[in-house]
Amino acid sequence: MPVALFIFLALVSIISALGVVVQKSPIHCLLALIMTLVSIGALFIALDAVTVGFLQIIVYVGAIMVLFLFVIWLLNLQAEPVPAAHLGLKFFATIAVAGVAAELFAFMARTKVALGAVTVAAGYGSIDSLAQTLFGQYLMAFETTSILLLVAVIGAVAVARRAAPERIVAPKQETP
Amino acid sequence: MMISYSWLMGLSAAIFTIGVAGVLLRRNILVMFMSIELMLNAVNLAFVTLARRMGSMDGQVIVFFVMTVAAAEAAVGLAIIISIFRNRETVNADELNLMKW
Repeated sequence: MPVALFIFLALVSIISALGVVVQKSPIHCLLALIMTLVSIGALFIALDAVTVGFLQIIVYVGAIMVLFLFVIWLLNLQAEPVPAAHLGLKFFATIAVAGVAAELFAFMARTKVALGAVTVAAGYGSIDSLAQTLFGQYLMAFETTSILLLVAVIGAVAVARRAAPERIVAPKQETP
Repeated sequence: MMISYSWLMGLSAAIFTIGVAGVLLRRNILVMFMSIELMLNAVNLAFVTLARRMGSMDGQVIVFFVMTVAAAEAAVGLAIIISIFRNRETVNADELNLMKW
């Protein structure tokens, strides 16, 4: 991966990630989040994880983000005024964020191994190799995933469904 | 100058930290939810980086599972948000204090 490409993608992802946190309107936050996800997907592809990179674009940007967009439109959310309260809470939250940042950078950014120094086998990250691993070693987990998705869909419908009107209204008294 | 793996891990740490800040500092449930997605993606980036470092496909398979769990989580979470909005007419986390001690 060229250095310029990495710096470009890193800057785009960090700036748009900051955009998710600082912008007021939820729809702008969502657009910034999509920018972040697309640039992370491009990083995946640059890291020889081609299949996962395209899955990132298709699944995240194509499905999950559209779901978010749908919910924002459904709720008709506007930009809320920023309340000035909770300054103490925000103070402690900022300290916690700084602590998390210090911890992560202390433990994660230590290796000096260059990206080009590690070579991978031909076909690394292709659909073929991903499928060999997924349907071989991780077959049981993959099948369990289908149960998870089924339960999630049923749960989502059960939670979001409007209760039938006859259950809300008190039962009528008159009898024929 | 060569890119080292620590740059990518540092980028992952930075995005994760921004996600933590979003969850802690924002009060809109939807934006908090988006920040959780941001953290999930930072972890995915770390997984892909380390899979490349080890030359193994296992990390990428884990990313696949993380995406699946994120999809399930988004479906259930957005359903809960719709349900809350229908009952309380708000998505502000501060106003949802029914179970606050």
